[in-house]
Amino acid sequence: MDSCDTPESTPRQRASSRLKDYFIGATPLQKRLESVRRQTSFVPTPPRRKIPQCSQLQEDVDPQKVAFLLHKQWTLYSLTPLYKFSYTNLKEYSKLLGAFIAAEKQKGLAVEVGEDFNIKVIFSALLGMKGTQRDPEAFLVQILSKSQLPSENREGKVLWTGWFCCIFGDSLLETVSEDFTCLPLFLANGAETNTAMIGTWFQKTFDCYFSPLAINAYNLSWMAAMWTACKMDHYMATTEFLWSVPCSPQRLDISYAIHPEDAKALWDSVHKTPGEVTQEEVDLFMDCLYSHFHRHFKIHLSATRLVRVSTSVASAHTDGKIKILCHKYLIGVLAYLTELAIFQIE
Amino acid sequence: MSVLRPLDKLPGLNTATILLVGTEDALLQQLADAMLKEDCASELKVHLAKSLPLPSSVTRPRIDLIMFVVNLHSKYSLRNVEESLHHVDATFFLGKVGFLATGAGRESHCSVHRNTVVKLAHTYRSPLLFCDLEVAQCFVGLSPGCGHGTAYQATLRQHPTCHS
Repeated sequence: MDSCDTPESTPRQRASSRLKDYFIGATPLQKRLESVRRQTSFVPTPPRRKIPQCSQLQEDVDPQKVAFLLHKQWTLYSLTPLYKFSYTNLKEYSKLLGAFIAAEKQKGLAVEVGEDFNIKVIFSALLGMKGTQRDPEAFLVQILSKSQLPSENREGKVLWTGWFCCIFGDSLLETVSEDFTCLPLFLANGAETNTAMIGTWFQKTFDCYFSPLAINAYNLSWMAAMWTACKMDHYMATTEFLWSVPCSPQRLDISYAIHPEDAKALWDSVHKTPGEVTQEEVDLFMDCLYSHFHRHFKIHLSATRLVRVSTSVASAHTDGKIKILCHKYLIGVLAYLTELAIFQIE
Repeated sequence: MSVLRPLDKLPGLNTATILLVGTEDALLQQLADAMLKEDCASELKVHLAKSLPLPSSVTRPRIDLIMFVVNLHSKYSLRNVEESLHHVDATFFLGKVGFLATGAGRESHCSVHRNTVVKLAHTYRSPLLFCDLEVAQCFVGLSPGCGHGTAYQATLRQHPTCHS
């Protein structure tokens, strides 16, 4: 049956290379025919991604300074480039944003019972959170409550944290002009009302646009494969998957937990190309899990929707929530998220 | 194991039979109902199947067009279609097979990448339509966001005996 369906790309590639040699001195018509032939043999190539490694730049990142980024649940947003944003004006932005928030709270738009109105906003640069030298510096915005009592710690409690970063964002950086700063990934932790207020301020001040970044099942399975592929000295958490079964009236969730070393062993048996992850490897890795589950429970997990992936490196939820657990692979995780954010913007 | 062949039976007089193959029963049923509601010059019969091969115990008319329905939210439906394709004779792919990818509207629920289905359709030299059968309205265009009507029209246009 499949005799006529042999992969067309191979004989065509050979033919076109032969044609190329033959047509060096070709007429315009022959050249046009050859280009048409090449166009019709277009088959989208599946993506290959690099396994997150410890990059050189990460050596500059002080583990203490970024420790507060780990073990926290971040909500993801994609952000279009900021217009006329300047790193030298961070203090000014802090004052402006602080005043804006105070005004909003006084308006009664976001009043929470018992909340302190003495709010301080701090903008600070996050050094070292970039993939290449071309990436813009990441920066952090924090809302702190000013403590009333002088005896307490001057800093006050952190109410809300948000940070903007761009890791390996070359595809976006090339397309924008000098006035724009590209920081497509925005991560927020804290009350939703604060996120909305800060989002409004940024949108008004820098003419940008936030949109929530959802992670679909396809990308979650890629994340599962890439994070399982990361070499870890010791595993902090079990590798866990959560599927949502589309059925009425009540939603059914299936949770599947694997010992992280078993998951790594499975990945190693599937993995062929060193340093890279291919689509086939991801599919094979997931298919092994699905078939194992099917053998025991006679349920086809591939007919359900993958909703959450949790490994020792990081855990991600389809609603766009992420928690990074391992400092070593922080940049790698953010690189993939940046890629998703850029894809959503474009 | 029976293999579907396009010309092994005599054609019915003024009749066209379309076979929809896919795992999503409810969606197939909805699409079939919508197709039957539309006007057609000749008599239209729609058969639904979960997978191929079809049971040989039942007598059925000659199949004129097969549409493989892949749900982009479910990898299982893709695997099912890939396995069913093995039970179709090669001559069927000369214009009597099409692929329908549903669920393209909700990107956040997709487990199957669009390119996988594009590559599948390209390998089998058959047309591919993207639609969202869960949404009842009709959208214009052949890329993500077609409804029943457009999918049906495009399906019928492939069929030589149906002129609507």
